[in-house]
Amino acid sequence: MKPTIWHRMDILSRQLTPFVLTILLVLLSAVPFQIPGLARIMPLFSLIAIFHWGVNRSELLPVYAVFAIGFFQDALSGVPMGVHTVVFVMVYSLVLAQHRFFLGKSFYVVWLGFALVSAGAFVLLWMLVSAFNAAAVDPWSVFSQYLLGVGCYPVVAHLFLRWQRAFLQQV
Amino acid sequence: MVRWFHYLEQQTRVKNSTRTVNRIAAPVKSVAQRFAYLLLILGAVGVLVIGRVDVASMEQVRSQIVDAVAPILDMAGRPVESFNVGVERLREILTVHDENQRLRQQRDRLLHWQSAARKLETENRALKGLLNFSAGPETSFIAARVVADPGGAFAHSLILNAGERAGVRKGQAAVTGDGLVGRISGVGRRSSRLLLITDLNSRIPIAIESNRTRAVLAGANTGRPRLIHLPTGAVIAKGDRVVTSGHGGVFPAGLPIGVVSSVAYGIIDVQPYVNRERVEYVRVLDYGLKGIIRSGPDRSGSGERR
Repeated sequence: MKPTIWHRMDILSRQLTPFVLTILLVLLSAVPFQIPGLARIMPLFSLIAIFHWGVNRSELLPVYAVFAIGFFQDALSGVPMGVHTVVFVMVYSLVLAQHRFFLGKSFYVVWLGFALVSAGAFVLLWMLVSAFNAAAVDPWSVFSQYLLGVGCYPVVAHLFLRWQRAFLQQV
Repeated sequence: MVRWFHYLEQQTRVKNSTRTVNRIAAPVKSVAQRFAYLLLILGAVGVLVIGRVDVASMEQVRSQIVDAVAPILDMAGRPVESFNVGVERLREILTVHDENQRLRQQRDRLLHWQSAARKLETENRALKGLLNFSAGPETSFIAARVVADPGGAFAHSLILNAGERAGVRKGQAAVTGDGLVGRISGVGRRSSRLLLITDLNSRIPIAIESNRTRAVLAGANTGRPRLIHLPTGAVIAKGDRVVTSGHGGVFPAGLPIGVVSSVAYGIIDVQPYVNRERVEYVRVLDYGLKGIIRSGPDRSGSGERR
């Protein structure tokens, strides 16, 4: 049976959700919550999303979508354009190269994987931003942001996994 | 039976042929994929380089993207804002007694200051008349709401819901009732970016209020910016008030910034009056002076009118 146009549109819109959810997450993290000290160490949710979808359903978040997310993150956050783009595409390529390693591993191993990959990503971000500004960015804030991101990973990943079970099983 | 064998043979042939196709296609596909990754990494590096070489056009791309999402951010912030208002109200109810007492004391103190200020105002007016003093340019302002705080350790900025259409221009100062928040670093049609005084790229000419010692306040992406380029022999103590000096013609003079919070081994930290998380609305000051900040060397002249 040939799938109807609605069916195809349904599938397409489901396939787009990883990208749309990631963009929404970036926007949500920019909403000013009046919690003292939070803004300075707001976790990099887009990195969590890219890692998660790269490990779990990489075909739903292709590399050019990752490029677009990085570009959007750059535009919004105010760092030199291209910094997040470079780092995100590199993280994604690394995750895909190690795809076999993550297959079927327990959640804790994947979490540890995120902690390691994210550490590399933050070191790279720190180096790039410091080089572009010709001044070292405060490493303590960067480290706090990194730690908070690693701490937030299970929450975000859990939400994504539930989404996958609910909407992306058949896609 | 023969037909059955025939069928199996056909099936195997089909399978083999797809396998052959796969055998050739898979590496080609993988090479193509790798090539795509390499191309995109190179593309991202290209973006970095272009952003460095042609700052103006990359900033334009940035402000267009921010312009596009500013209304979404504005809407997304509304429920959060009402939540914040609720939390704030609850806190106020809990502390109403102490707050009342504090305000009474403050009122007494302010009444005293009011009479002093009136006296000084009259005296000041009389002295200005004697000296034939010409006042600085008039300052008008544009009120704007903070729609986003992108956060993170790498850049400290806020996004405002007023842009070029509302009269916001690059380089203008933004203040709240507490003091200076930062300066406008990028302007779109209906949004603008406010670079906080704590950002790594922020440099503001300041003066210590009590003794008029001049210096530059440099952000470091921490909560407390530092004083640099101090004159030799400058005497600065903890608790000194820091205000804008008005040098460079970018900011009006005398805007409160913060207090010196620590002086140790030649490193002077300033605690800003404005708390980033509590800023909801800002006033963007239109000082009337062109300032030293232009949109870019290649757009000089047209930059202000764009």
